[in-house]
Amino acid sequence: MSLEALPLEMIVFVVTAVVAVVAALLVVLHRNPVVNAVALIVNLACLAVFFLLLRAPFLAAVQVIVYAGAIMVLFLFVIMLLDLKAELHPPRAGAFQRVMAVFAGAAFLSLMVLAMRRSRSTFAMKEVADAGHGTVERVAEEMFRNHLVSFELASVLLLVAMVGALVIARAFAETPDPQEPSA
Amino acid sequence: MTAVLIEAGVKVAVFLVLLLTVVAYMVWVERKVSAAMQDRPGPNRVGPMGLLQPLADGLKFLFKEDIVPANAHKPLYLLAPVLTLAAALAGFAVIPFGSSIEIGGRNISLAIADVNMGILYVLALGSLNVYGLMIAGWASGSKYSLMGGLRAGAQVISYELSMGVSLIGVLMVTGSLRLSEVVQLQAGGFWHWNLVTQPIAGLVFFVACFAETNRLPFDLPEAESELVAGYHTEYSSMKFAMFFMAEYAHMVTVSALMAALFLGGWHLPFFDLQQAGWSVTAIGLTHMAVFAAKIAFLLVLFVWVRWTLPRFRYDQLMDLGWKVLFPLALANLVYVGIGIAMGLPWLGGFTR
Repeated sequence: MSLEALPLEMIVFVVTAVVAVVAALLVVLHRNPVVNAVALIVNLACLAVFFLLLRAPFLAAVQVIVYAGAIMVLFLFVIMLLDLKAELHPPRAGAFQRVMAVFAGAAFLSLMVLAMRRSRSTFAMKEVADAGHGTVERVAEEMFRNHLVSFELASVLLLVAMVGALVIARAFAETPDPQEPSA
Repeated sequence: MTAVLIEAGVKVAVFLVLLLTVVAYMVWVERKVSAAMQDRPGPNRVGPMGLLQPLADGLKFLFKEDIVPANAHKPLYLLAPVLTLAAALAGFAVIPFGSSIEIGGRNISLAIADVNMGILYVLALGSLNVYGLMIAGWASGSKYSLMGGLRAGAQVISYELSMGVSLIGVLMVTGSLRLSEVVQLQAGGFWHWNLVTQPIAGLVFFVACFAETNRLPFDLPEAESELVAGYHTEYSSMKFAMFFMAEYAHMVTVSALMAALFLGGWHLPFFDLQQAGWSVTAIGLTHMAVFAAKIAFLLVLFVWVRWTLPRFRYDQLMDLGWKVLFPLALANLVYVGIGIAMGLPWLGGFTR
């Protein structure tokens, strides 16, 4: 972040960054699946704040509505419904898994370091912000003018996936469940 | 910069005090209206007509013993009421209460933050609001609470969608996500109000509001006849009071939204004040009074419905959400789309 950014935004950024990192650690390290899910919600909300700082209010709102809202409600719902008591004492990882974890972690870290060094040393937040890529108007223009065909194709893909999910659910519903009250 | 911050701070303080006062007195209104409907006096001991009852209730909540159940997951148990109340109060920030007033030559708009993402902001907060209830239900470590929390989750998923889709019609006509622009376009008489031009959208949104605020006939997360008190069974003292306040604050917020989105916001039904030649401040204050009257009407409607209708059964609630409200919202979308394409004058909106 460049220094000419407003001090108020800097404060917001630092506080949110700390919360985001702590929440991310909780997602990975905490033993309780409900705490993991709640920490993930906090982390996703922090991402929305970062989008706001980058002058991308549309992305921020969508981030909260879709990820922190809709998707995580389903996650939390399923976790609460299953009431995963067993997960509080998970089996310890084997030796192979540990070695592979260290290896994968080191690989990802070096990838991140490489990517950051290749990019410019000062992260030009102001430039990104001033370009105004994140407003509704810009996003709408990209989606409905410049990339209309690919956008419509993606929606067809989603429709196919939805119909597929329904067909699979129907196949199981063929055998009547005595627990299910007839509507 | 500092002037902007001070202005925002003062507005937040004023609106917060107003909102919390309304919340306190909504409890009184609810008790009085229910009493009137059941032919009994209602609260009448504390102060004239029981008007000091909210104060007595508040003191009582403060002095009650604060219990954390042994089975509770303490950090999340403490977080849940805070989250619920914060989400309910935060929605208030984008609501435009009137056009603007002038103080010392400064033009001050009567919304805390009239952001250009107003509608999306409200939907985002609505989707976060349910977490307070779900977390409260799980963290209490009680099966009644858990059932309440799960129902809250399922209910909100079902009704949020209809609510969002019903707003797309308004968005298409307005061409802006800014709430003050939605209100501006409904100027000039009630036949310009979105409720009149898009009655189905208004109906779907209003029904979804009942589900979002967990009010009867959609109060299944609470359902005191089967779940004791649902998600807040294990809460006592001020923590319970926070859930209570959140429900009423949420009611005020959705009423204000309904008024701004569908009932013409601060506009009078028959007369455009902008043509009266009054000063900016006089118009602004009148706008505020008109808006407040519309909110008050909707709030009483909320109370009225609660003491009139019985609670839906769970499968009826789901059927209504998915098989009735959602198709209706989609039908409204088609109607608005065709209407704009055909150039229907009342759906002209921003192309007008």
